Amino acid sequence: MTTASTAHEGPAGPEEGTGAAGETPPALMTAEGLTKYFPIKGGFPFKRTVGAVKAVDGLDLVVREGESFGLVGESGCGKSTTGRLLARLLEPTAGTITYRDQDISHAGRKELAPIRSEIQMIFQDPYSSLNPRQTVGSIVGAPLEINRVNPPGGREARVRELMDTVGLNPEHYNRFPHEFSGGQRQRIGVARALALEPRLIIADEPVSALDVSIQAQVINLLRRVQREHGIAFLFIAHDLAVVRHFSQRIAVMYLGKIVEVGDRRAIYERPRHPYTHALLSAVPEAELELAEAEDPEAGADAPKERTARRERIRLEGDVPSPSDPPSGCRFRTRCWKAQDRCATEEPPLVRIEGNAEGHMTACHFPEAGTVLLE
Amino acid sequence: MSSDTQVAAELVGRSPGQLMWRRFRRDRVGVVSGCVVLFFFAVGLLAPVISWLYGKDPQTRYGQIEPGLLNEFGYPVKPNGGIDGEFWFGLEPFMGRDVLTQLVYGIRTSLFIALAVTVLATLTAIVLGITAGYLGGKADFLISRFIDLLMAFPNQLFFVAFLPIVATLFVDPREETPTYVRVVSIIVVLWVLGWMTLGRILRGATLALREREFVEAAKVSGASPWRIIRKELLPNVVSPMLVQATYMLPNFVTTAAALSFLGVGLVEPTPDWGRMFAIGAEVYRADLTYMFFPGVAMVVFVVAFNLLGDSVRDAFDPKTNR
Repeated sequence: MTTASTAHEGPAGPEEGTGAAGETPPALMTAEGLTKYFPIKGGFPFKRTVGAVKAVDGLDLVVREGESFGLVGESGCGKSTTGRLLARLLEPTAGTITYRDQDISHAGRKELAPIRSEIQMIFQDPYSSLNPRQTVGSIVGAPLEINRVNPPGGREARVRELMDTVGLNPEHYNRFPHEFSGGQRQRIGVARALALEPRLIIADEPVSALDVSIQAQVINLLRRVQREHGIAFLFIAHDLAVVRHFSQRIAVMYLGKIVEVGDRRAIYERPRHPYTHALLSAVPEAELELAEAEDPEAGADAPKERTARRERIRLEGDVPSPSDPPSGCRFRTRCWKAQDRCATEEPPLVRIEGNAEGHMTACHFPEAGTVLLE
Repeated sequence: MSSDTQVAAELVGRSPGQLMWRRFRRDRVGVVSGCVVLFFFAVGLLAPVISWLYGKDPQTRYGQIEPGLLNEFGYPVKPNGGIDGEFWFGLEPFMGRDVLTQLVYGIRTSLFIALAVTVLATLTAIVLGITAGYLGGKADFLISRFIDLLMAFPNQLFFVAFLPIVATLFVDPREETPTYVRVVSIIVVLWVLGWMTLGRILRGATLALREREFVEAAKVSGASPWRIIRKELLPNVVSPMLVQATYMLPNFVTTAAALSFLGVGLVEPTPDWGRMFAIGAEVYRADLTYMFFPGVAMVVFVVAFNLLGDSVRDAFDPKTNR
């Protein structure tokens, strides 16, 4: 079908495209004021809506053509819901989702049919995302069958080629999911997502259910796929370490809202939001050093004693209930800088003073942004 | 060439169904009871052949035609219910019919009814159970309450009360009810009150499967609800369905027999397993042997079928232990 390479030559790999250099690729998917409330039913004898879990509450984001966009947050902050909303598995309560200038916020199955092949998803649990009663061949071939795509050489040849692409033995075409390991299963999921040559893949914590040793393999596979096919990724993860290897732009989510968004460099080197600081301090030191070693430009001028200066921030308490979020800034209940203003006034997500271009922070009292690197 | 085919054979995966079959074959109890069940079905299916080979039919009143078989009170002259080289399972008291062919044809009728009810009940359960589970919301609420309502019915009482009424729906009560109408009304009544357990099981299984990520993956690819039900859900509910169906069938056999025993099932001259118990209960003081063969056959059949059901369940889900 369509390939993203038509949009711009040489898709931006993770190594380049730090925002400042080159022109920004056009937006592929835009969400504005995206909101999803799950009703809480209760009461006797007749159930009625007594409240709502505000899983996603007024979220704006833009995923550009061919870029890898990371969405990070604690469990329960609404990042998976966001992914499912953008894949239109869920109906948004409010807000708009625009895919290539087409409003798909409330599009039905028939209306979505033409763009279904362009947005695919990789799921978190490789044990639940593959039908145990189907062979690998029919799992990977299902998207082709559903969308009546007849690739030259036949569907089976295409499926075998896809299996080869993701590092599976094409001779395992007739095997069943239970005969594979977790990492191999996730590769099957990747092959299925690639089958229709999508422009956007929403990856919902694709490696968090895997062993650490396997995680790296799958991440590398996704990186390769992203680079070679120029597919835009929305990469959902619960820690910043995984995303660092993968995404050029990163958004940090807390309780249904984005608190900070920016280029990878801005988020890792000059984070402004206290929550981003807390998340970064939770990344194991070895991970950061490893990333630096892989990423020489990022760590070139890093003083060696930097790791020693890193302070570990321990967040107090639990995430507040999303059915009754705190007033004003949602992070204020766990923030060490919170003042009266934070309870009354919700900080907007804007480019605050001292931020690089495209770096937006929702905080009244941002950090200086010099903690990690300057 | 041969080594090529060898490699190809190795790389073909084993489906969950094939694995189930391998586990089942290792279960000796399951295999034996499966053979017994198959034997009963073969007997039912081949009843005319058996009758032809054996040289008797279930309708002829041998005891009344040939003198010297029944005494003046109507009981077989020979001991043990008149068992001899000619009448292997003996003779029926009073009517003088052959017990073996009666039993064989009785099994045929009972199994036909039970099989028809099982198929109908399973189909109903699939349609309603999966609809309720997949659609959820209002449809689920309505179907579930309907199941509750039917489950609250006292089964046996309902059967006894409604069988004659159902029959009159088809035939004027002043006329003689044809046999096929009786068979159809038994099937209808058993079916209406027989599908709910499986329906509930399938609803629950569908509810659990609906949330699985492979269903979401199909949706992301743009699959229609029909395709999701057919390709993603149905193959995954085959195991509970098959297990429940193997428990259902012997249950329907005994229920149909109980109806005949109570006198609301099939009537003369159609041979029927259940009615043989009714006759046996009348004559057991003078002729105990008459009850023996239908009784033993029924016990063997029901036990074998239930053991088969257990084995099928174990084969599908090796984690559960008895």
